[in-house]
Amino acid sequence: MESRILPDPSAVKEELIKKYPPKVAKKRGKAIVINDPAEIPQVQANIRTIPGIITQRGCSYAGCKGVVLGPTRDIVNLVHGPIGCSFYAWLTRRNQTRPDGPEGENYMTYCFSTDMQEEHVVFGGEKKLKKAIQEAYDLFHPKAIGIFSTCPVGLIGDDIHAVAKEMREKLGDCNIFGFSCEGYKGVSQSAGHHIANNQVFKHVVGLDDKDKGGTFKINMLGEYNIGGDAFEIERLLAKCGITLVASFSGNSTIGQFENSHTADLNVIMCHRSINYMAEMMETKYGIPWMKVNFIGAEATAKSLRRIARYFEDDSLMARVEEVIAEEMPAVSSVIEEIHPKTKGKLAMLFVGGSRAHHYQELFGELGMETLSAGYEFGHRDDYEGRRVIPNIKVDADSKNIEELKISADPDRYKPRKTEEELEKLKQAGLNIRDYEGMMPDMHKGSLVIDDISHYETEKLIELYKPDIFCAGIKEKYVVQKMGVPLKQLHSYDYGGPYAGFTGAINFYRDIDRMVNSRIWKLIQAPWEETAVELEADYVTQ
Amino acid sequence: MKTAKTATQNACKLCNPLGACLAFKGIEKCVPFLHGSQGCATYIRRYLISHFKEPVDIASSNFNEDTAVFGGSHNLKLGLRNITKQYKPEIIGIATTCLSETIGDDVEMILREYDSEADPAVSRPVMIHASTPSYQGTHIDGFHAATRATVAQLAEGGTKRNLLTLFPNMVSPADLRYLKEILESFSIPFVLLPDYSETLDGGPWGEYHRIPKGGTPQHAIRKSGTAAASIEFTSVLTGEKSPAGYLEEKFDIPSYRLCLPIGIKQSDAFFNLLEKLSETPLPHRYEDERRRLVDAYVDGHKYVFGKKAIVYGEEDLVIAITAFLREIGISPVLCASGGKSGILKKRLAEMVPDIDDLGIKVREGVDFVDIENEAKNLEPDLLIGNSKGFTLSRKNNIPIVRIGFPIHDRFGGQRLHHLGYRGTQELFDRIVNTVIEYRQNSSPIGYTYM
Repeated sequence: MESRILPDPSAVKEELIKKYPPKVAKKRGKAIVINDPAEIPQVQANIRTIPGIITQRGCSYAGCKGVVLGPTRDIVNLVHGPIGCSFYAWLTRRNQTRPDGPEGENYMTYCFSTDMQEEHVVFGGEKKLKKAIQEAYDLFHPKAIGIFSTCPVGLIGDDIHAVAKEMREKLGDCNIFGFSCEGYKGVSQSAGHHIANNQVFKHVVGLDDKDKGGTFKINMLGEYNIGGDAFEIERLLAKCGITLVASFSGNSTIGQFENSHTADLNVIMCHRSINYMAEMMETKYGIPWMKVNFIGAEATAKSLRRIARYFEDDSLMARVEEVIAEEMPAVSSVIEEIHPKTKGKLAMLFVGGSRAHHYQELFGELGMETLSAGYEFGHRDDYEGRRVIPNIKVDADSKNIEELKISADPDRYKPRKTEEELEKLKQAGLNIRDYEGMMPDMHKGSLVIDDISHYETEKLIELYKPDIFCAGIKEKYVVQKMGVPLKQLHSYDYGGPYAGFTGAINFYRDIDRMVNSRIWKLIQAPWEETAVELEADYVTQ
Repeated sequence: MKTAKTATQNACKLCNPLGACLAFKGIEKCVPFLHGSQGCATYIRRYLISHFKEPVDIASSNFNEDTAVFGGSHNLKLGLRNITKQYKPEIIGIATTCLSETIGDDVEMILREYDSEADPAVSRPVMIHASTPSYQGTHIDGFHAATRATVAQLAEGGTKRNLLTLFPNMVSPADLRYLKEILESFSIPFVLLPDYSETLDGGPWGEYHRIPKGGTPQHAIRKSGTAAASIEFTSVLTGEKSPAGYLEEKFDIPSYRLCLPIGIKQSDAFFNLLEKLSETPLPHRYEDERRRLVDAYVDGHKYVFGKKAIVYGEEDLVIAITAFLREIGISPVLCASGGKSGILKKRLAEMVPDIDDLGIKVREGVDFVDIENEAKNLEPDLLIGNSKGFTLSRKNNIPIVRIGFPIHDRFGGQRLHHLGYRGTQELFDRIVNTVIEYRQNSSPIGYTYM
């Protein structure tokens, strides 16, 4: 593999912000930093996008309804607002679910909306909302109905929480709760995640105290079952003898949420979207949490071992080793086959609030280097680690999102481990209550860019010419126009699963197919100089 | 059967600003700009991209809580400055959203302020503003509002010249290319607005483009005020909301309102009008296309006659498809739209005079649950409409012929033809083959030979 001379990251940074007006350039400059894992620099993150800078970010409603509540199959999600918001979130994320049999409840394929019209904007929409709830109830008799506010609702003053309460009392056997997730709230999807966590914790978690059995009981937090990831993780956990009480929220049901406080450990995949839930559950019920990562074969093995070590049970640890030993040979043989073809290739990842970090594992296993990465809606702790949380400035946008005051449940608070025991586990390398962030795992000199703009994306590709770029559908076609393959890490390009061992194999094969495809040879990339020369020759003839 | 539902389940319409963004994508060197929350731009981008599989950049004024309370003036101006600097657009197409409309932002006034505050030495892009609150109408209303606003902003009067303006409605890039080919072969100088045939269906880039190549040029739109005539493909749009209506009212340009040219009769009407306006006989190639189409109708008739179909989508599309289905012997049993013009039935009756005798049901303002409830009684053989009918299709085992927008569960939706003899031919072939395929798959023998 030929070695490439890469541009100096500080020159790249200069180039990226050169075109911006001075104030904008100053602001963007703080969100673009050159990494040093030994001395992690501060990144500006979770700061509102500047108007006119085309961003990857979505809105609070997208994070709340689309991301966190979307994957739960037996809650009817009713969107209160004009039609667009409900339509655009209608099956557009690839969350998969397995209903109980063909008649099992699954409302994920529906798109419910109050379809607000001008008269409701003028005279209020509460009446219509009540009727819509009644209709959904009459139609399905669901266990629960979630109401999601879109932009105009907050402005016209509809009180969705009062409506929810009234209808909950009226109907009696349906849990109804509202989410004030108007799109203009907060900085990105992230605000919506927080709002979703709050309301699910307040209205659902802890409603069912029944012990459903199992020796090693965990909840999986922040795994949304895109492309069947959760199915693969469920398979591995079951094989190891670990009981999954609830998943937040891939392949989940409301019954799981209600019962989730009976678990003895919360493991977190996507720290950004769900850490609030883990903290609230620890404070109220005494369940410790720990960060894991099932993206990457090594990371999967490590995460399974950590769960076993948390339970401090020899038989579980032995079983986990057996499972890893069974699963790994298939992984290794595929790596052996593909590694020579992918070694030394360069990747960039700009996606999500955890994926840009997790997927570096998989590229690492293929011998590929991550040149630059960043989140779409991450906060500083997702980059620099939770140690910086006390120093994060709380701005107006974050202040507007409610922080629930949680205290220990008088009857049900039961610390699963003593502080001493937890400290001992931490010393032994378990990420108890901690996430170290993305930057310690990235090379010195790599470029970390928060909320990358469309404009910066194009510049970055022009300057670095990576072999693969990872983002979402909005970026896919512009990047591919320039002859660089783009792997979608929201929808997985309709592939997956990519989690666990089977998922790792799927990913290796997909990446090999993408970076080594002959198709790219048909495209003359803008930086391929021959094209320019040809044009020049033609002109002089 | 349930009636008088309050909530919309599985909508058969998208929101107003989406249509505006699509129309703005058909103007050369134009960046669409949504005045509202950033989520609107993000959702609409991802939705348009899932159909067109091309870059779709849409800017936003990124409202926050303060903006929502105190107004969006500051954010709009800042956004316009930043877009101008990065993308160097010639035009910025600004569409409002439910948020900016609910708070009552006066975009016209903000733009006047923006102009007066700007440095006169620096050239500024032309700003076009369309009012598109999502709580009114559907995506098609936004499409027309943006097109009309574009003409109203740019068209200049003057001596009439040999020029035809064509407003094609929300059709596919392939349809737009075909329309251009037709107009060129009649040797009529023309303006086609909007034209996203290249911007939303282009090739790889040999050089960097901040804004993809293609679209109707600004100078061409300016000339639309001096055209000899304008044609618009619509059945339900009235003059006061339509771009051709504007040109007629303002510059006295005769406007011809035609049904979308789908089927032989409607295509004939379009070609006849072109013959008349250009004083050029129908070019041979279209005569040939027409002859082949008639031949195909004859050959394929045995497969499709007497079949029952449900047609759904934008009202104009539903009307045109219904007229075409009557031509080929298919009975449209339900014509359904999420739109609510109030005149869908009336316009359909003009195309299909025996609509009541045939028992054709017409419903405006419906969603897919309404359509499904109707389907249970009507027992159609076919669904004709966009991808969103798939759930209904799968649940009830009714095959679907995908047309229009959005098509995001099949490849190449942007390259489907619907219009003229060529588009009708393609549609006819697809319908016949869908019927044959269904019969073949359901047959105990499992093969077919023709």
